[in-house]
Formats: sequence, C-alpha cells, structure tokens
Amino acid sequence: MGLQPYLILAACLFTIGLFGVLTRRNAIGILLGIELMLNAVNVNLVAFARFTGETAGLIFALFTISITVAEVALGLAIVILIFRVRRTVEADNLDLLKG
Amino acid sequence: MNAGTLALAALGLPFCSFVLLAVVPPLRRAGRVAGALSIAAIGGSLLASLVLGRTLPRESVELTWPWLPAEGGPMATVGILVDHLAASMLVLVALVSFLVQLYSLGYLEHETPPALGRYYAYHSLFAFSMLGLVLASNFLQMFIFWELVGLCSYLLIGFWYTKPEAARAAVKAFWVTKAGDLGFIIGIVLLWGQAGTFQFSGLFQMAADRTLPTAGLALIMFLIYLGAVGKSAQFPLHVWLPDAMEGPTPVSALIHAATMVAAGVYLVSRVYPLFLLTPDVLALIGWVGAFTALLAATLGLVQADIKRVLAYSTVSQLGFMMAALGAGAAAAGFFHLLTHGLFKALLFLGAGAVIHAVGTNDIWKMGRLYRAMPQTAIVFLVGTLALAGIWPFAGFFSKDAVLAGVWEGGLTTPFLMLALTVFLTAFYMFRVVFVVFFGNRPAEGHPHDVPLVMSGPLWILAILTLGWGISLAASGGEEKAHGPEWIPWLASGLAVAGIVFAWLTYQKRAVSADALARTFRPLYVAALSKFWLDDLYGGIYRGLLLGFSRLVGWVDRYLVDGLVNLASAWTLRWGDGLRRIQTGRAQDYLYGVAFGLLLVIVWSYWR
Repeated sequence: MGLQPYLILAACLFTIGLFGVLTRRNAIGILLGIELMLNAVNVNLVAFARFTGETAGLIFALFTISITVAEVALGLAIVILIFRVRRTVEADNLDLLKG
Repeated sequence: MNAGTLALAALGLPFCSFVLLAVVPPLRRAGRVAGALSIAAIGGSLLASLVLGRTLPRESVELTWPWLPAEGGPMATVGILVDHLAASMLVLVALVSFLVQLYSLGYLEHETPPALGRYYAYHSLFAFSMLGLVLASNFLQMFIFWELVGLCSYLLIGFWYTKPEAARAAVKAFWVTKAGDLGFIIGIVLLWGQAGTFQFSGLFQMAADRTLPTAGLALIMFLIYLGAVGKSAQFPLHVWLPDAMEGPTPVSALIHAATMVAAGVYLVSRVYPLFLLTPDVLALIGWVGAFTALLAATLGLVQADIKRVLAYSTVSQLGFMMAALGAGAAAAGFFHLLTHGLFKALLFLGAGAVIHAVGTNDIWKMGRLYRAMPQTAIVFLVGTLALAGIWPFAGFFSKDAVLAGVWEGGLTTPFLMLALTVFLTAFYMFRVVFVVFFGNRPAEGHPHDVPLVMSGPLWILAILTLGWGISLAASGGEEKAHGPEWIPWLASGLAVAGIVFAWLTYQKRAVSADALARTFRPLYVAALSKFWLDDLYGGIYRGLLLGFSRLVGWVDRYLVDGLVNLASAWTLRWGDGLRRIQTGRAQDYLYGVAFGLLLVIVWSYWR
C-alpha cells in the first residue's frame, strides 16, 4: 500500500475533527474534536516516517501523544471549572469575549 | 555735575522709587510712606531738571550706548538727548508731577493704604516713563517710553477699577491711542528702512544734508503723526480723552492735561526737521489741529461735568499747539504746550479741590463757592484767565504766538477757526466759573477750602502762571510773536467778548441759555451727542468687528467643528458596526481561522 490512503485517512480524520470543533455545542465534544485533529496529525507523522524510513516522525508522534494527554487533562479541568461557575458547558453561552 | 549726569539722575530717581514700591510690598502697603518716597524721588528729579535747565550749554548733549548688536555695528542705541526743547519739557514734567503727587496726598486721603501705595507706584512709573520719553535720543527708545506712558495712563484711569465706567474708560483710552500707535511704529520701521538709523541726531544730519531719501517720506511722516493724533487726542481719535476723566482728578491734571497728552505735540516738535521736509503733512497737521480746536470747543460748551469741560478744553488747546506746528511756528506751539501745561494742571487741580469739597462733578449742583472756598476760587480764576488768553497771564502770550504763527504760516481758514475757538474758550470757561463760583444758588452741603497740601500746589501753579506772564510782559515779550500788530488785539477782544457774553448769560441772566440752545438747536443737539462720533465708532465696532467676529464664529462652529464632529460620528458608527462581529464565542473565531486558512491555501494553489 502506498502513502496516499494514509494521507486521505488523516485528511478525513482532520476534517471530521474540525467539523466537530466548529459545530459541537458541548465543550466536551469540542475537546473530542480537537483530539481527532491531533490524531490525524499523528497518522500523518507515522505514515511519513514509515514511508521515508526516518524515525524522527515516530518520535514526533510520541511527543504529540504525551502533550495531548496533558492538554486533555488541562482542557477537562477548565471545562469542570467553567461548569462549577456557570453551571453549563454549552459553548454558545460562553461569550464573555463579546464586543 | 554735567548735563548728562543730571538728566540721568532725573530719569533714574523715579525709576528707583517705582522699583522699590513694586518689589517691596510692605513699603507699598504703607500708603503715605510710599507716597513720601515717590514724592521725594520726583522732587529730586525736579531739582536735577531745574539745575539742568539753568546750566544747559548752547548745543545739545547726547549720550549713547550701543544696543541690539548686529553685524556691522549696533542696530539701535539707547541714550539721552538733552537740548533746549528736552530741558524745558523735563522741567515742566518734573514740576507738574511733583505738585500733583503732593496734591494727591490730600485728594486721596480717604483711600486705603494699599490703594494709595499702588497709586504712587503707578505715579513713579509714569514719571520715569514720561521723563524717558522726553529724554529719548532715538525713535525706538521713544516708542518704548511712549507705550509705557500709555500703560500708566491706562492703569491710572482705571485706578478705581471696581467702577465699571472707569474700567471701560481705561480700556477705551488704551485702544484708541493704540490705533494711532500702530501708525507710529509702522512709520518708525519704514523710516529706519529708508535711513538705516533710529537716531534723531543722525536723521537730522541727513535731513540737513538733503541725503535722506524723500521717496515715501510723506507717508512715513504721516504715519508717525498718527501716533501723535492718538496720544494728543486730535480729531478723529480725540474720543478717549473726555472718558479718561473717570480717573482720579490729579491723574487727569498730570496725564490728561499737562504731560502725556502733550507727548504728541512734543513728538512733532522733537522731529520737526523731518516734518519740514514734508510740507503737505505739516499743512494737514495744521488743518486737523485747528479743526480739533474748534470741534472740542463746541463740545465743551454743553458739558455739565466740570472735568469734561476741562477735558474738551484740553483737546481744544492741543489743537492750537498742533495748528501752530503745522503752520511752521514750532516754537510757538511748544511755548503754548509749556504754558498750557501749567495753567491746565492748575485748572484740573482746582476742579479737583471743588469736587473734593462738593462731592460731585455736576456744575449745576455747585454755586457761590467763592464764599466757601475763596482760595480755590482765586486760583481757578487765574487758570481760567490764562486759558482764555487775558493779558498779562502766560496763556495770553502763547496763544498770541500761536495765532500769529498760524496767520504767518498762511493758513487763513484754520486761523479763523482758531479765532472763533478763542471766543468759545473764554465763553465756556467763564460759564463754568460763573456757575460754580458765583451764580445765585448756593451749593448743597458745607464746602470748605482745601488743606495746605492741596492748596500749596494750587498757589505755586497760579503764581507761576501769573509770574511767567508778567515777566514776559515786563521783558517786552522776548518770545513775542512776529505777526501783525492787530492779532493780540483781536485775540484779547474775542476773549473779553466771550467772558462778557458768559457773564450776561450765566450771571446776569440777561441772555437766556435755553434761548441760545434753541437758536443753535442743530449744533446744540449735535454737540450733546458728541457729533455722533462715539456712536459712529461704536457702530463701526459693532457692525464691522462684531459682524466679522460672528462670521468667524460661525465658520468655527459649523465648518471646523462640523468636520471634526462628522469624523468622530463616522468613527463611532463604524466602530459600532464592527463591534457586532465580535460575538465572544470561540467557535465563531475558529470559523474565521479555518475559513482564512482555506482561503490562503486556495490562493497559494491558484497563484
């Protein structure tokens, strides 16, 4: 199998993730979308590492996974705090930046 | 001591007094102490001027120091120029200043000490400025002192600044004289452009050598004459002087009768060699002077305020001086300046004594004051006779000289105007005398003669007026006019006729004043409204200046401000519109980012 199916898979994953981020109303859903986008990147990195035979991509993927864990932990913590204060995690209601 | 040192001493003493009073507030607030200091200083100046007048050498003395350094020598100098003219004027100014300051101690006895100290500080400044004007050796320095005396005049007219009329009169005097001074400074600068020097001696030398460029000289001299028109209250800028009477009476005596208003005449006398080069301007000076004399005399006829009568007579007499200068009789004009300075100061101080005693300026509220105030009555009569030009008072000789000079100068119509003015002068002055000191109704209240500090100066001036005249008569008239024999007889006859007419009208009541007013009704009405000149200036001010100001105000309010307001309104509206795309929801921003990224990608692909 060539490189292309992996890239298409990654692109699909990325787009699905972006769609989730943009359309989900729930903050948890948005976080899930972000996870999908990050994993699409991971797929890309691993596919290129495999294709070119260089290990740098694999190491990048490992880094990404570990940072993603931290990010999810932080993101969920923020979501919980927001829930405690605002009693909701609906993204449409969180508009304090409104001009 | 030589002449230069004496002149500097005379100039420096009032200046020191002024600086002391200005920078040491406790001294100024001490009131009478401040007055004593100022009087001592001007007394010293008087002594120095008298010694200077006695010891003056034949030729003039000039001291100069360089000023305004520039390439190729200083651009201007400061210095003093003492000659016969300056020395005579110096004595007059110092004498009248001294006597007036002395008199003020009595006249302003009810003022608070700080106000009195302020009054004397102004007086010291005035004495310094006036002496500096007299001694100035160049145009630039003269202009500076010229403005300084204008400032002092403003300050002293507005001495009772809480009185709205006084404050307004001060501003009016300042602005009207400034109108003339504008011409003066332009003339000075133009003359400097032509001749390259401000120095009087240099300019006279050039005039004598005929090296002064004559192109445009008439305009320059006319502009310089404008300064004199403002300061010496010549038509049409005479309107400020009667209003200046709002100041304290001693101030009117000193500044608005004897010294400052004569500065214009002094200026023309000072630079007479230059005016001689422009006969047209001289003729204009003569005509305007004679017209001013006649106009002011008619105005003086109808005034009920004793000080205003004197003010118009001052304007009238200044017209006499100017007419003499214009006719080429510079000596006669200056002679009249000196005698007029004495007897007009006397008259004003006498009027001040009356006002002090009666508490009003209105002559119809006075009467029979010769019983209550015999001393004042006598000195006032001396001044009036001198002003009317009765032999052997000093005014007779100077007025005679002026008339002869104008006749000899060939200005026949101005001569006739002046002759008529002689009659009117005698009439309106004796109108005041008969109404105030004689008449049949006694004044209200209990008038009394003035204390010695006030009567002393009055007597000194009266004796000088009479004594000078008698000495002139005894010497057979060293400064006798060279005109025809009949002129003194004509002048005396007219003056006596005026006196008799006034006696008939206001003492015997043989001629009804009301009937006179009816006969000359148009003139009477016109004089009562000051020939509508004040209204005209008021109208010009309102119509032109205020109209222009309104236009400028409209442009500022609606065009300039409108543009600014438009810009700010647009900014607000756009800001408000742009504000609405900031929803505050993170997802909307992400949409933007994603869409933008897509655009960049598409753009980079298709490029």
